[in-house]
Amino acid sequence: MAVVQRVAHETATHHHEPTSFWRKYVFSLDHKVIGIQYLATSFLLALLGGLLAMGIRLALGWPGQRWPLLGALFPSAFPNGVISQGFYLNLVTMHGTIMIFFVLSTALTGGFGNYLIPLQIGARDMAFPLLNALSYWLFPIALIPLLATYFVPGGGPVSGWTAYAPLSAVPQAAPGSGAGQTLWLISLAILIVAFLFGSLNYITTVLQLRARGMSMMRLPLTVWAMFITAIISLLSFPVLLAAAIMLLFDRHAGTSFFLPAGAVIGGRVIEAGGGDPLLWQHLFWFLGHPEVYILILPAMGMVSDIIANNARKPIFGYPVMVLSVAAIALLSFLVWGHHMFVSGMHPMLGTAFMITTLIIAVPSAIKTFNWLATLWGGKIRFTPQMLFAIGFVSLFVTGGLTGLVLGNPAVDMYFHDTYFVVAHFHFVMGSASLFAIFAGLYHWFPKMFGRMLDERLGRLHFWLALPATYATFFPMHFAGIAGMVRRIYSTELYGFLGGLEGLNRFVSIAAFVMFAAHMVFVVNVVYSLVRGRRASENPWRATTLEWSVPSPPPHGNWGDREVEVHRWAYDYSVPGAPDDFVPQHVPAEVGVTARARS
Amino acid sequence: MATDVERAEQRPETLRGATVAALIWAVSLAAIAGTWVAARRWWFPELASQQGALVDRLFTTIFVIIAIVFVLVQATLGWVLWRYASRGAGHRAAPWHENPRLELAWTVIPAVILITLTVLGGSLWLRVHSAAPAGAMTVEVIAEQFGWRFHYPGPDGVLGSIDFRGDSRNAPLGLRADLAGAADDVVSRELYLVVDRPVRLLIRSKDVIHSFYVPHFRIKQDAVPGRTSPVVFTPTRTGTFPIVCAELCGVGHYVMAGTLKVVTADEFEAWLASQPTIGGVR
Ligand code: HEM
Ligand SMILES: [Cu+2]
Ligand SMILES: [Cu+2]
Repeated sequence: MAVVQRVAHETATHHHEPTSFWRKYVFSLDHKVIGIQYLATSFLLALLGGLLAMGIRLALGWPGQRWPLLGALFPSAFPNGVISQGFYLNLVTMHGTIMIFFVLSTALTGGFGNYLIPLQIGARDMAFPLLNALSYWLFPIALIPLLATYFVPGGGPVSGWTAYAPLSAVPQAAPGSGAGQTLWLISLAILIVAFLFGSLNYITTVLQLRARGMSMMRLPLTVWAMFITAIISLLSFPVLLAAAIMLLFDRHAGTSFFLPAGAVIGGRVIEAGGGDPLLWQHLFWFLGHPEVYILILPAMGMVSDIIANNARKPIFGYPVMVLSVAAIALLSFLVWGHHMFVSGMHPMLGTAFMITTLIIAVPSAIKTFNWLATLWGGKIRFTPQMLFAIGFVSLFVTGGLTGLVLGNPAVDMYFHDTYFVVAHFHFVMGSASLFAIFAGLYHWFPKMFGRMLDERLGRLHFWLALPATYATFFPMHFAGIAGMVRRIYSTELYGFLGGLEGLNRFVSIAAFVMFAAHMVFVVNVVYSLVRGRRASENPWRATTLEWSVPSPPPHGNWGDREVEVHRWAYDYSVPGAPDDFVPQHVPAEVGVTARARS
Repeated sequence: MATDVERAEQRPETLRGATVAALIWAVSLAAIAGTWVAARRWWFPELASQQGALVDRLFTTIFVIIAIVFVLVQATLGWVLWRYASRGAGHRAAPWHENPRLELAWTVIPAVILITLTVLGGSLWLRVHSAAPAGAMTVEVIAEQFGWRFHYPGPDGVLGSIDFRGDSRNAPLGLRADLAGAADDVVSRELYLVVDRPVRLLIRSKDVIHSFYVPHFRIKQDAVPGRTSPVVFTPTRTGTFPIVCAELCGVGHYVMAGTLKVVTADEFEAWLASQPTIGGVR
């Protein structure tokens, strides 16, 4: 192994820094540039996805209301100024698709994964830089068909981010199920290929390019999380790719994987057939459930490191943290059926999936307690990244707990497809993962751009965002308990939901406040890129390798230096050490630690 | 070079710790207060089925457990922030980072709670899905974009077989009088059930996936084309209850409401007798 690493390092040193602007900043092979490109693109899409969500809340908060300005701007989406039913469903579909696949997945693994993995393991770049650049460039290419859905007859898809067949399989089923749905599938297929390229790269890089002394059990938890996430992606995304291709065949090649014989959809008789709509659900959730962990594990990794750094204390229970990530990864492949308790699959299967689902809560609980134990006895510093990491823990707990309600199939029979589920996943995914991304940005922005983000604006951002997030998503539990189902344009036909009008309006207003709160971050980024204070090499007094090079790091990361690692990533407050942190590259004699000795 | 953060190491952050702790506590308190208000205004629709009582009870059990864990964890989170905020120069964090006994405790305790929930949840799930009791009435529920139809077997107790391809005004659901068992069948736009009489609904769909959801009964079952999914329950109150479509089924998804009427046995017989049959005979 050591030989392999040495060779890899030596070949990497022979990379010459490209000099032209295009090669340096646009079609770059440098993992740092690619990571920032991923982050920036995800960031723009987050704005778009957020605006779509505002549209959803506009419809639910003020049903039937006329918005003359929107009517003038988007006459087909807002005929007479009132949002149309079809466009409402398209908003739901595109919001979910963009946020899950094009924002959270891309920012966490594509963005932070690319930027941090080589820097934190002491490599000069990814194992396959060209594949890496290709992976990024497939992302904007995937956006072309996605955005083109708005310009085809029938408009964008309306079948939700889960695209259940046959609604998504037969053009006659809904207006958006025509060309819009086809383009949606193509877009997703391209993006999946990008994820596969990325995952291959991350796995190889972590296994092959670690600096001397960087044993697996010395990796920062961020890298562990990215590594395991890449394995999950590599094993689960191909299944969705296959499903998407099968669905394209059903739509255009006359196959019927997901179409049962005898169904009559929008006047079209399904003659061939023999397929099963549940097959789509099994394939979709075989990715879909691991996918939600693809969106939380990197977040957990980054939050672990940020908490340790700002509590000035070693992460509590490192080996157990690694084990629980691995356990979650393994179990995440065995729980997909909990999305299908009422789908009509055999009830005994429901029992099996209930058991695995409730087991997965155990490693999640362990991680939470370990974060609390890390804070316990610390010397906590309330930087913006720490505030967002704390927010992450709070939100993750709230969202994880409602998972225990949903994991019980008889109870889920009531809650499935209601706003209770919407609340659940917006806490764990829509807020917790998002907060972790913000934590990561506050933490690594100085390294990426050589300038500090403004701390006061950062605090303001957090103080507005946390209460607004709770105010937006917590009341959705109540709507779900009252029986309000998802993806409905209006509750007017259901008298028993009449009492929810005030609640829905409150949620909408809170959502607008939340959107505005996150705009503080946009202001901060723009301001700090121009005016921010220069960042030193290691402004947070952190231990990991990326903080031992200038901010931003040069091409090839380490110059002529041979990186060597002498300790784990958590030597904070080591007794006897002169400072309250000892970086990983500092030789063992300086500050002895339990781990260095063992 | 002394960065701002380094200088900040020397400054206590206790005030900041206290305010962030207060924020976490305030948000959690607001969540609890909100739940308290919601329990009076936006809670479950009034229960109207037998097995729904068991669902409600299990929900309450889980709810109490997660509420306790929520309070304990959020309170602890606030507390550590308040207690362990940096006290400035001279303050050093504790160096410890392992405690096998503690870690074992917080692996085993959640595991025990979750095993309990699994056993409770598993037995209820099997009960909800147990075979229909003798004397249960059978009705087929047919979903289509965007409405519901209900297919009753008639006096012979046999459901005529459905062929959606023949669905027309004269042969609803493709049922023709000459098909075996179909002549005395009734197809209705409203679902009539008998109070206290167990019922087995066979949920089907003509086109895309829908979901048959009756909040007052705590039941939900997807209607999947090509598949028949049974759901068994017993209504316990007379009255009119909404049927909701819970699975996105197209542009009219939000209008796919239905009506369920629970009546006495006499009223049911009278209603069924008043309905036209497929063969026009009784
Ligand atoms: C404590 C562990 C968890 C348990 C027991 C749990 C359980 C469940 C269950 C049973 C459902 C299905 C509900 C339904 O559709 O009826 C669900 C939905 C969902 N969960 Fe979780 N969950 C947990 C953690 C997470 C995490 C960590 C994430 C993401 C980061 C997540 C994201 C989601 C999403 C996105 C959905 C809904 C997908 C959809 O229908 O669109 N869950 N969860
Ligand atoms: Cu899941
Ligand atoms: Cu529907």
